[in-house]
Order: sequence, then C-alpha cells, then structure tokens
Amino acid sequence: MSTSRRIEVNPDWCKGCNVCVAFCPKQVLALDERGKAYVANIDACIWCRECELRCPDLAVTVVVERAS
Amino acid sequence: MAATDFLRKRFMPHIWCPGCGHGIIMRALLTAIEKLDIEKNDIVMASGIGCSARMLGYIDVHTMHTLHGRALAFATGVKMARPDLTVVVPMGDGDALAIGGNHFIHAARRNIDMTAIVMNNSTYGMTGGQYSPTTGCGEYGTTAPYGTVVQPFDTVELATAAGASFIARTTTYHAREMARILADAIRHPGFSVVEVLTQCPTYYGRKNEKGDAVEMMERFRDCAVPVGPLDDNGRATAADVEAADASVETIPIGVFRKEVRAEYCDAYRRQVIEPAVAAASAAADAAGGDR
Ligand SMILES: Cc1ncc(C[n+]2csc(CCOP(=O)(O)OP(=O)(O)O)c2C)c(N)n1
Ligand code: SF4
Ligand code: SF4
Ligand code: SF4
Repeated sequence: MSTSRRIEVNPDWCKGCNVCVAFCPKQVLALDERGKAYVANIDACIWCRECELRCPDLAVTVVVERAS
Repeated sequence: MAATDFLRKRFMPHIWCPGCGHGIIMRALLTAIEKLDIEKNDIVMASGIGCSARMLGYIDVHTMHTLHGRALAFATGVKMARPDLTVVVPMGDGDALAIGGNHFIHAARRNIDMTAIVMNNSTYGMTGGQYSPTTGCGEYGTTAPYGTVVQPFDTVELATAAGASFIARTTTYHAREMARILADAIRHPGFSVVEVLTQCPTYYGRKNEKGDAVEMMERFRDCAVPVGPLDDNGRATAADVEAADASVETIPIGVFRKEVRAEYCDAYRRQVIEPAVAAASAAADAAGGDR
C-alpha cells in the first residue's frame, strides 16, 4: 500500500490574505505575482493541515490518497 | 465525507473580505459537523443579519436567513416543533449582544438545546465598522471617532450569568481547537455558547491600527491563556489565568462551563405537553364519545 499526498490551492477562491503562508510552520507556501498562494517547497511539508484549517477562503486542501 | 462536502460550492468564492476570520469559523464548523457524522437533513441553521450571518448561505443543510438579532427566536420555534433536529445559530457580536441581546439571555436562561456561535470581531462589519457592545473601551469605530467611552460586554460572563450550560471561548488562530469545541458544544444537551474571537481587518483592524489578518491572528495567538480544567461542578478553574502577568493583555480561552441541567424542550414536554394530552384524552373518554 502506498500513500500519495499533495497540497491543492484553488486559485479561484484564494484572496491572497497570506494567512496560510504566515502560519505554515515549514515555509512550504508562498504568494505568486498575482497574490495567489502556491506550493513553493513541498519537500518541507509535515502534513499538519494548519494551512487547510486556517485558510479563511477554504481554498487549501491537503489531499491524501491511499492506493493498494 | 469531507468537510467541504457540506459547502454549497456554487456560491463560492464567498463574499467575505480577504483575511476575514468568518471563513475560518465556517471551516471549523464544517469540520465539527463532519466529525459528528450528522446527516445534512438533520441540521437546521438559523441566522440574523451581518457578515457573520451570511455564513449559512454557503452551508448545505436546512438554513433560514432571518431578521437581525432574531435568529434565536426562529431557532427556538424550530427546536420546539422538532426537538430531534440539531440546531446551530451563527451570530455576530452585534446580532447576538446588541439588537439580539434579549433573545440571547433568555435562550440561555431556558437552556434550550442549540448552539450559538458568537463570531466576535468587535465591530459591525456589514454596515461599515460602527462600534459594537464588544468594542474595547477607548477603541475606535466609524461611530466612535474619538474612541468609545463604555466598557465592553464579556460574552462568557454574560452567558454564565444568563444560565447557558456550555460556554467556551476560542479564536480563529486556534482553528483546530475551535472545531473540537464546536463539536463538543453541538453534542451538549442544552444551550451552548461558543464565542470565537475573529478578525475584521477591513473595519475594526484598520480603525484600530491592528494590522492585517495575520497580525490580528498573531495577537490572538500571543494573548491566549488556556483556562484550567473543569471542576466537579463543570466550572473552569481559573488558575492558569491568574498565574499570568496582570500587566500583559490576556485572552482566556477554552471551555468555561459544561454542566447538564434540565433542557427546555424536554422539560416542557414532560410538564406541559404530556399532562395536557393526558387530560384531554381523559376528558374525551369521560364524555364517552368516539374520538
Ligand atoms: C432591524 C435592523 N436593524 C439594523 C440593521 C442594520 N444592520 C445590518 S448588519 C448590522 C450589524 C452587523 O454586525 P454584527 O452582528 O456584529 O456582524 P458582522 O457584520 O460584524 O459579522 C446592522 C446594524 C438591520 N439589518 N436590521
Ligand atoms: S490563506 Fe487561503 S485565501 Fe489566504 S492566501 Fe492562503 S490560500 Fe489564499
Ligand atoms: S500541511 Fe502544514 S507544513 Fe504542509 S503546507 Fe500546510 S501548514 Fe505547511
Ligand atoms: S467587513 Fe469585516 S466582518 Fe465583514 S466581511 Fe469584511 S472583514 Fe469580514
């Protein structure tokens, strides 16, 4: 069984408030030139979901897929 | 089911300003509902008017967007007619404690089984940043250009005095804990008040030079002091709060009260409905008529 994990940011919902970027304990996220959040350094992610829980626009999803 | 499966996605993105804390509360509520595994059809949400009240437009359960300050009255009607349903009422601090203050204290006094989420951003966001009953003394609003001269309500103390049987305070910074507290509050068989300190960067933040959403949440993080564990009477012990340095601004957070006492619908059924039905049927039997 393998698990694949990723972080998805919905750019249509993101309003660029910077909350997810500021409170990520591992500096995984950043804002792009349009002011939308994106995943800048996935290797540092500890999958704590703090970004998902705190995004005021429900734009961040931590996706965990288990395949056997 | 995922928490976001409870969203009416066709109405997203929502209307709230960038960084507004109301969305964090909505997310925590969806997480709590998902965790409790309640069917969409078994939940009713009622709200009044305000940015906060707009929440239920986005949630895919039974929803009633009613009058400013009056959501608890509508919710009480629903709960009395259908005590089996779970009732949740998201309210602004103005909605709950100013225009709706009377409904709030009497719902608490009755101990009717529903959950009031007081989304306290210390201002009237929707109408442009007027000061509210929770704006701090000396703080600014569009109706307080020189600062207010009155002390704010303490929602937890007010709810305690009025008789709510589950009372908690948390903040948008503490999103994970908020979801846990909301689940606990919804499960509690009585009137539950969960005050969530939330940021309105657009009005309260700007008027009071509190910075952007991130800075406002950092303040929640830095000032929060957890209250002590509940004693045998279901009251929080205040040890941790008293231990904190009095010169530093503190926000006591956690569960302040959790006690089980007679719930309104239940007591009303036993004391009024059942005897009245029994008396009516006895009278019909005595009259000897076919019913
Ligand atoms: C009977 C009535 N009086 C006044 C208003 C105007 N009004 C709309 S929202 C609001 C206050 C909103 O503040 P709050 O409840 O704190 O919610 P927020 O917008 O800050 O989330 C007021 C006074 C109204 N809609 N209805
Ligand atoms: S917290 Fe949400 S809305 Fe804010 S920048 Fe991050 S993804 Fe965008
Ligand atoms: S899951 Fe945690 S570590 Fe990963 S991006 Fe989100 S906040 Fe950062
Ligand atoms: S005005 Fe304030 S409370 Fe209303 S959506 Fe904007 S930030 Fe939120």
